[in-house]
Amino acid sequence: MFSLLHKHLLNDYQHDFPLTARPYLAIAETLGVTEEEVMSALNSLSADDFISRIGPIIAPNRIGKSTLVAMAVPRDRLQNVAEIVNSFPEVNHNYEREHRFNLWFVLIASNEDHLQAVIRQIERQTGLNAMPLPLLDEFFIDLGFPLALDHD
Amino acid sequence: MIDFRDQQLLEAVQAGLPVCSRPYEAIGRQIAMPESEVISRLARLRQQGLIKRLGVIVKHKRLGYRANAMVVWNIPDRQVKALAFQISRFDFVTLCYQRPRRLPDWPYNLFCMIHGKDRSAVLQQLETLSDACGLANFERDILFSRRCFKQRGALYSTPTAPVLAYG
Repeated sequence: MFSLLHKHLLNDYQHDFPLTARPYLAIAETLGVTEEEVMSALNSLSADDFISRIGPIIAPNRIGKSTLVAMAVPRDRLQNVAEIVNSFPEVNHNYEREHRFNLWFVLIASNEDHLQAVIRQIERQTGLNAMPLPLLDEFFIDLGFPLALDHD
Repeated sequence: MIDFRDQQLLEAVQAGLPVCSRPYEAIGRQIAMPESEVISRLARLRQQGLIKRLGVIVKHKRLGYRANAMVVWNIPDRQVKALAFQISRFDFVTLCYQRPRRLPDWPYNLFCMIHGKDRSAVLQQLETLSDACGLANFERDILFSRRCFKQRGALYSTPTAPVLAYG
């Protein structure tokens, strides 16, 4: 399903993407292929929706203020409440999880007041409590991980 | 820390580097910043830890990692740091955070995320983790994800400032 080149691109460049003028050429030289081959492989991985982008993961709370929020939503209202939550541009991830607290989302705002105001607005619009669970300590945040792509 | 030009750069790069021969030059053109400055600023932001990583962001689900669980424990505060560091060493753990308890509703203070090809793989990894770190006696809950209502890149932008990512 994946060529060796695809596997290398998916696995080896999650962390230290080259910061040189021609990064795709640098990758090509490491992998022993051409720059065009690297670019076309990345384009096809993108087109097939295997990668979302090549970009940065930003550390939490270094710019602005963020928090995880949980809500316990009656099952028959979940879709509707999720849509209300999604309508706020401050919401980035929003997941249903298997628990009494079944809606989990991340809010990001420019500062603490802004964050609290959004939480209050969500509570007002949904008529439900929103439980903020801000980060106290971070032990590991890197979302990159090794993929076993051989057996699918 | 970071200045206005860093913010502009992060905003420009958040949607992803273009796939072209000189991607940093292309990013720079959007904000009138020379290629060499784009590269040196990104290098500094990465070195300062504001950029946790720069690279290919894969779609776990599409790649066959269909299950993910948020696993939460209630661990005495004096032990939480040491155990969290042990937990975060495992490859399949992709996040490990301490958060406040919200009693009586929510007794858990340590959160980690485990990705796996399916549910049973996640549970098996959790048992490996639990045995290796001696977590069996702590109160615990497993919250598998079901629907994804929204998923989006790191930053969004307000008129005054771009802001960040993971809660």
